[in-house]
Amino acid sequence: MITIKDVEHISWLASIRISDEEREELVAQFNTILEYFQQMDEVDTEGVEPTYRVVDLANVFRDDLPRESLSQEDALRNAPRREEGYFRSPRIV
Amino acid sequence: MLTQLKEEILSGSAEEYLHKIFERIERSRLNAFTTLARESALEAAREFDARPWKGALAGIPIAIKDNICTKGIETTCSSRILRGFVPPYDAHVIERLKAEGAIIMGKTNMDEFAMGTSTETSCFGPTRNPWDLERVPGGSSGGSAAAVAAGEAPCALGSDTGGSVRCPASFCGIVGLKPTYGLVSRYGLIAYANSLEQIGPLTKTVEDAALLLDVIGGHDPRDSTSVASEKNYLNSIFGDVRGTRIGVPQEYFGEGVDPGVERAVWDAISVLEGLGASWKMISLPHTKYALPAYYIIAMSEASSNLARFDGLRYGLRVGEDRDWHTTFSEIRAMGFGKETKRRILLGTYALSAGYYGRYYLKALKVRTLIRRDFEHALKEVDIIASPTMPFPAFRIGERITDPLSLYMSDVFTVPINLAGIPAISLPCGFSDGLPVGLQLMSRPFEEGLLLRVANAYEKATPYHLRSPEVV
Repeated sequence: MITIKDVEHISWLASIRISDEEREELVAQFNTILEYFQQMDEVDTEGVEPTYRVVDLANVFRDDLPRESLSQEDALRNAPRREEGYFRSPRIV
Repeated sequence: MLTQLKEEILSGSAEEYLHKIFERIERSRLNAFTTLARESALEAAREFDARPWKGALAGIPIAIKDNICTKGIETTCSSRILRGFVPPYDAHVIERLKAEGAIIMGKTNMDEFAMGTSTETSCFGPTRNPWDLERVPGGSSGGSAAAVAAGEAPCALGSDTGGSVRCPASFCGIVGLKPTYGLVSRYGLIAYANSLEQIGPLTKTVEDAALLLDVIGGHDPRDSTSVASEKNYLNSIFGDVRGTRIGVPQEYFGEGVDPGVERAVWDAISVLEGLGASWKMISLPHTKYALPAYYIIAMSEASSNLARFDGLRYGLRVGEDRDWHTTFSEIRAMGFGKETKRRILLGTYALSAGYYGRYYLKALKVRTLIRRDFEHALKEVDIIASPTMPFPAFRIGERITDPLSLYMSDVFTVPINLAGIPAISLPCGFSDGLPVGLQLMSRPFEEGLLLRVANAYEKATPYHLRSPEVV
């Protein structure tokens, strides 16, 4: 069972503030959805390898050569707050 | 249809054709577009008329789902958090379309971040189904499908993570193809669940889908999961289907499936039999578990992929900056819609300490079993045939308040993404006046065969010729 406390913890982990109203709705919905997901418990997966990807490619390398990239101006164009050619972030500590 | 249109545009005028289309969109009540690239498209059309260029899609306008980056054209994923974002680069598929002479006419509406089955979660409001304006067009590429069905675009691109090209194609009565995972580069596709998604065409005919696949498929070093393609799909669709072995999975019929849908799909199998294919019942025993496995994997990947929306490099930024976590949490609370939040939060839970093994790892193991189901089945048969969706388009508002019932609509489309195989949805009749989609699947990278069988069926039936009577 998911509780209000669990939902608060998850929302902190995901960095999404949720309102009290949302919190209650989410608790109910998460319990219904997770109960449905738990039908996977019926499946015997003993000795079954997980599938992370369906393409048989691993460690695709390229040559480490300089090439053209976005200009500083283009890279900053969509930033809502910038300062002296940098992205302006909120205070971290 | 596109080949013919190309001739018409070349001998006529690209500008006039575009004007006609933009006028139609202006009168429309479908809400299929989020952004129209009117000026740049008309300018390109005028240039084309003055000095026509060559290319597989020379002069042809195309509509693009709003999660595919288009340089200089706003790209929002139908989310508040990305409004105003103008990509500084083109996605690989856009580069390919432009290289073959296509004209980008606008961006189409979608479920926010492609998370949905109905195009109702868009911050721009729902798109309507051209066959019945009170119904959903399917999702998440609902704008692309509705636009093509209603003649507001001759063709479009969508993306398919768990059925998001095939579902709206089915609900709107057009063709939608999800290529084999890796065939089309995802460079410039804003990620939702990257181990599952592929970009695919939405068109009026199978031939058009093959033409578009020829253009967008192929290796791109900027996507590390991209592989080379043969690039001759258009040539491979002609030819008969005699001797093709078709498997009909028992798990895709029965309880919960609309009788009108079942009837139309069985009729389609009879048509293919009449064309010389053989069929038999098969079993994909883990089908029931595909839905939970899909949603756990998709949500987990989403929780990671969508962490990039922090209001720093692009997107919404509100109020005075406070400390990092508070600012970040506030932006995301305001910028994401309900369903997006739900999926990020559930995905975060599935990946969190103590639950990783129970949910995420378990889902990945179930994914292996589902993949094996298809591998075994496709040793005995060449093509698998089923309904695309268990029912025709439902009413706007009918399912959106109950997330689980909406998830369950995807029961026949998500297994394909888990296995990474290609699948196509094409019109195979009507149930109570609403289009029904036939889903065909094949072995990985056998799009040639898949499109050939689909084309043979289409040529033998009239359904793709019917268009909705929209304003």
